[in-house]
Amino acid sequence: MKVSIQVRLKNGILDPQGKTVNNALHHLGFKNIQNVRIGKLIEFDIREADKKKASVIIEDACKKLLSNPVIEDFSYVLGED
Amino acid sequence: MKFGVVVFPGSNCDHDMYHALKILAGNEVQFIWHQDTSLAGFDGVVLPGGFSYGDYLRAGAIARFSPILQEIIRFAKKGKIVLGICNGFQVLTESGLLPGALMRNQNLRFICKHVYIRTENNQTVFTKGLKSGQILRIPIAHGEGKYYIDDHNLKKLDEHRQIVFRYCSPDGQLRDEYNPNGSKASIAGVINKEGNVLGMMPHPERAIELLLGSADGRYLLESMIG
Repeated sequence: MKVSIQVRLKNGILDPQGKTVNNALHHLGFKNIQNVRIGKLIEFDIREADKKKASVIIEDACKKLLSNPVIEDFSYVLGED
Repeated sequence: MKFGVVVFPGSNCDHDMYHALKILAGNEVQFIWHQDTSLAGFDGVVLPGGFSYGDYLRAGAIARFSPILQEIIRFAKKGKIVLGICNGFQVLTESGLLPGALMRNQNLRFICKHVYIRTENNQTVFTKGLKSGQILRIPIAHGEGKYYIDDHNLKKLDEHRQIVFRYCSPDGQLRDEYNPNGSKASIAGVINKEGNVLGMMPHPERAIELLLGSADGRYLLESMIG
């Protein structure tokens, strides 16, 4: 099964990278774009056909390594092969 | 006292730290490879600066799972001395031995310069040779050194006197322009509640010879050596 994980900074934590990109977009004339936040996309395949079981494994991996719970939140999507 | 300096793939301040510990009081010091699994015979361990595992995923995130780290966690729980400098500090927060996290510098740049830090707690094994409020001039060299902790836990840090160093002006004032990376409450170094694990972004091992600009790092390393 294909897995796609999004890791993003928690709400309320300042994202200087997002802010800088936001400013650059405004300089280019994209005045209607705002609140840019930048995160990470992590993709992998998982050898587990059962979605519930796969979710348990993915959440464990996210908490232990793929995100830092002090500063980041994660969400994920399970897809077909 | 026998000290070990851990070497990860990507460490680059390991030799500086080895040199510093060697010349200060002729201390017994040895490198420890990240694949090693024993700390028998050591009284203290230093996690040096650098870019362990290329800072992949997050700084310190992969090093935290190396074989030696599992032993360092046990070592720390036994009350032995653990010092993390720069990348070592990042590894200590990632492993949960120290609270908080280190994020990208506020200005998004790698900053390499001498800064001033103020001693906030001189009642620790690492700072007992310093006066309360003593100002040290020590270099920093990092891209991800902005210390973050939520307000609730910041209060707890303060209550337990876990903030050991803060960035300051040359005369010891806390002001935004002297907080180089945007750290919460100007925090440059924190200690665990038990008082045996210290993490800091500034590099004391780069400030042990006047010829190289400052010898203020000696106070800290000499305190630790005992």
